[in-house]
Amino acid sequence: MNKFLKQMKEGILDQNPVLVQLLGMCPTLATTTSLENAFGMGMAATAVLICSNIFISLLRKFIPKQVRIAAYIVIISGFVTAVELLMRAYLFTLYQSLGLFIPLIVVNCIILARAEAFASKNPVLPSAVDGLAMGLGFTFALCILGAVRELLGAGSLLGFRILPEAYPDMVIFILPAGAFFTLGFVIAAVQKISSVAAKRARARENAAEEAERAAEAEQQNNESEVQVG
Amino acid sequence: MSFTETLLLMFTAILAENFIFSKFYGCCPFLGVSEHPDTALGMGMAVTFVMTVASAATWSVYHFLLVPFGLEFLQTVAFILVIAALVQFIEMFLRRYIPALYSALGIYLPLITTNCAVLSSALLIVQNGYEFPQAVAFGFAAALGFTLAITVFAGARARMETTHPPRAFRGFPITLIAAGLLAMAFSCFSGIKL
Repeated sequence: MNKFLKQMKEGILDQNPVLVQLLGMCPTLATTTSLENAFGMGMAATAVLICSNIFISLLRKFIPKQVRIAAYIVIISGFVTAVELLMRAYLFTLYQSLGLFIPLIVVNCIILARAEAFASKNPVLPSAVDGLAMGLGFTFALCILGAVRELLGAGSLLGFRILPEAYPDMVIFILPAGAFFTLGFVIAAVQKISSVAAKRARARENAAEEAERAAEAEQQNNESEVQVG
Repeated sequence: MSFTETLLLMFTAILAENFIFSKFYGCCPFLGVSEHPDTALGMGMAVTFVMTVASAATWSVYHFLLVPFGLEFLQTVAFILVIAALVQFIEMFLRRYIPALYSALGIYLPLITTNCAVLSSALLIVQNGYEFPQAVAFGFAAALGFTLAITVFAGARARMETTHPPRAFRGFPITLIAAGLLAMAFSCFSGIKL
């Protein structure tokens, strides 16, 4: 159970597919004009990722090495088509606003990367958890971007007005240029946070080492005192 | 559709609705393979070649295979298979018959299978209901727009190597900011109604 929790943490934070591994840029930039779209896109990709990871993991002993990429793409595109048809049936407005990016999940590098790096080498249950973790990490990154862009660009969140009416909307954040800017600033923040965290961890290690050394020195002192005594 | 209309369609695809800066199709190679102007141009040319051929191939597959059998819902699966097979075929063909072109474009070809620009142009052609000549022209023009974007951006990135952004912005974030500035420049074209 602990192993799965660790996998979840890796997928959502330490190895976040968008913010740390820098994969899947097209949907990240294109579908984050609002929080709702971002969440919908993230969930659609998560569903495909879990299903494809399970299937590729089940078939990992049968797929010949030479044609594995083609086989993965066929499996993934099957699930993408299923998700696309389901969304057209039950979530039509979301389907319309995401547009081509639903079928384009087929060529999303995150899904292929997880198939190649994880699902093709691991049993079914860890692969499913990996798909869930990476998918949630993708959704998390998309939601951050979507929230920032919707708040600054339209003054609302999930369609509800948050900022006062007098506050001018910065339309640039809804435009394509704003997608690049927002992602740039978010990744810069992540790099800053991780460098501060690394520095703190190093400082903690140094402090621990020093304490150990001091303890050792004290012990030696005590021993020599005993000998003198 | 008349000849002028096709030309206007191509202009729109290159500038006003640029694949990178207004649609975000093909951002991975745009951000990944744009470190040097030479490699960027090579990637752009490879994409142009594949996308033009792929537009023709997927149009034919859709209208002569999927529509007669009522299998339109399989378009995503069919198109990605056609593109993957086509890229493999082009690679083998170039290696055998045009080695000079292969040595220039060869390393980019496998990457193109997962380039969403190719798949999205195929899907857009079906969505907009283009005739065969328009489909090929659209694929070619959209790929030219991609080449334009990636080459211009590689030039900007070459300039950026000598600058010193804040530590947190080094590497990928500053690249994204530069792309944002270019996108602002390109958004001027979106006002043009042809």
